[in-house]
Amino acid sequence: MIVFDQVQKSYQVGDRAIPALHPTDMRIDAGEVFGIVGHSGAGKSTLVRLINLLERPTGGRILVDGEDITRYNPQELRAFRRKVGMIFQHFNLLSSKTVADNIAFPMKLAGVYGKTEIRDRVEELLARVGLTDHAHKFPSQLSGGQKQRVGIARALACRPSILLCDEATSALDPQTTQSVLKLLADINRELGLTVVLITHEMDVVRRVCDRVAVMDAGRVVELGPVSEVFLHPQHPTTRDFVFESENIDHRELQQDLQKTEGRILRLTFKGEATYQPLLGSVARTSGVDFSILSGRIDHIKDTPYGQLTLSLVGGDLAAAMREFEAADVHVEVLR
Amino acid sequence: MDALLSNVDWVEIGWASWDTLVMVGLSLLFSVLIGLPIGVLLFLTGKRQLLEQPVAYAILSFVVNVLRSVPFIILLIVMIPFTVMLIGTSLGVAGAIPPLVAGGAPFFARLVETSLREVDRGIIEATQAMGATVRQIIFGALLPEALPGIIAGITVTAITLVSYAAMSGVIGGGGLGDLAIRFGYQRFQTDVMVITVALLVIFVQVLQMLGDRLVLYFSRK
Repeated sequence: MIVFDQVQKSYQVGDRAIPALHPTDMRIDAGEVFGIVGHSGAGKSTLVRLINLLERPTGGRILVDGEDITRYNPQELRAFRRKVGMIFQHFNLLSSKTVADNIAFPMKLAGVYGKTEIRDRVEELLARVGLTDHAHKFPSQLSGGQKQRVGIARALACRPSILLCDEATSALDPQTTQSVLKLLADINRELGLTVVLITHEMDVVRRVCDRVAVMDAGRVVELGPVSEVFLHPQHPTTRDFVFESENIDHRELQQDLQKTEGRILRLTFKGEATYQPLLGSVARTSGVDFSILSGRIDHIKDTPYGQLTLSLVGGDLAAAMREFEAADVHVEVLR
Repeated sequence: MDALLSNVDWVEIGWASWDTLVMVGLSLLFSVLIGLPIGVLLFLTGKRQLLEQPVAYAILSFVVNVLRSVPFIILLIVMIPFTVMLIGTSLGVAGAIPPLVAGGAPFFARLVETSLREVDRGIIEATQAMGATVRQIIFGALLPEALPGIIAGITVTAITLVSYAAMSGVIGGGGLGDLAIRFGYQRFQTDVMVITVALLVIFVQVLQMLGDRLVLYFSRK
């Protein structure tokens, strides 16, 4: 478990202190995939680097499994860092070392592993990330997705309990992003390690994260389970991110709404409710007529969800709303 | 042909070439041995680097700049007392080496600093995140990653030392430069001058080719 206790960070520029992270309290549970989403410059990159002290906080305490890591001496800090893997947007592999040597590198640095132990572990990791045939290639001979797989294998070499991902998929194409995210999710599930992932893409959060913190201008403005934050965004920044990821042009939607008659509702289905043939039966029993203005059915991590914007005309509206709610559907009246 | 090169004593040319080779080889070796750690220190103590030390950097940088801004011909003369103290003579092949190193080492140190700066900061960060010590970062990541640049730097330094070594002929340094000055210049033996210059050109060409090949071999980008 990682606990932020009034952690803050500012940079000294001349005689002015520029805040990068305002005092922040936060808890990241062991074994969860925790997303941090924000625009560039929002402070998420600083936040993730505080966890392995690549950046030192200018105030507050950071507790990892109950220990205040900001009080570690250099030797303790190095030992701690070996238990925290990190992967990067631009991979940061050593171009002078082969794939196998890159993966072996952190183990060699640790100085506690024997030769055969390193060799076996590298082989195991290569198989895990599907790069056994590429062991003796150099990073420049690999595609972006393969490079990130090497990065992941390297980060896992010393069997860390925390994996930090710094925009790990931002330099990859959509298909490669998919496969890398799937790998991260698998690793999280199989090894039970805590994953902290920063990104500017809400879609990445939706696919793999359990909980998410939304950052804006050095502050965490919203934090909660992904389904909560994603389906019912509160803060304007969060809304921007969600709409962006759904390709919704907000103004266009408003114009569409003005053209329609009747009540406008937004229904949110989650889990099993997503697959129920609810609309038809509600329309029959309550006598309302509906037209669908917009809709989307997708997954949040492994949970299916649907979100429909409807306009309802005639019939018994109150009864319809009661029926929706009885079926565990979240109803929001837009007009 | 014999008439055209009537003054050329090939045995003399052979020995002079060998002397130049020895002067360049030894001074290059010492320039690298001294310049490499200075270059690494320059890099590490520089702004926003691992061991940022503004005062240490300023001092080191000043010394390097002074040595580099003194024209080599002056350095040759200024170094004479020091060379006599160190080697016992300021003449011949041995006497030329201290001033050559004094000129070559700071030059090479700057090239090392530059090639270390070319290493992606992300690689340093990643190595730090693995729990590496500063020593491990230098020897495990920085130097291997900068190797092609450092080899290119060695090539440039070697070529500079060839011309410096020739220049040391002015103060009796030995080698092809000595030959060119004593025979080609002072005795107006143009044919000796042409041969020595041609040999120097060939020497530089071979060095550059060799360096380029090594850089290519070690480049994995």
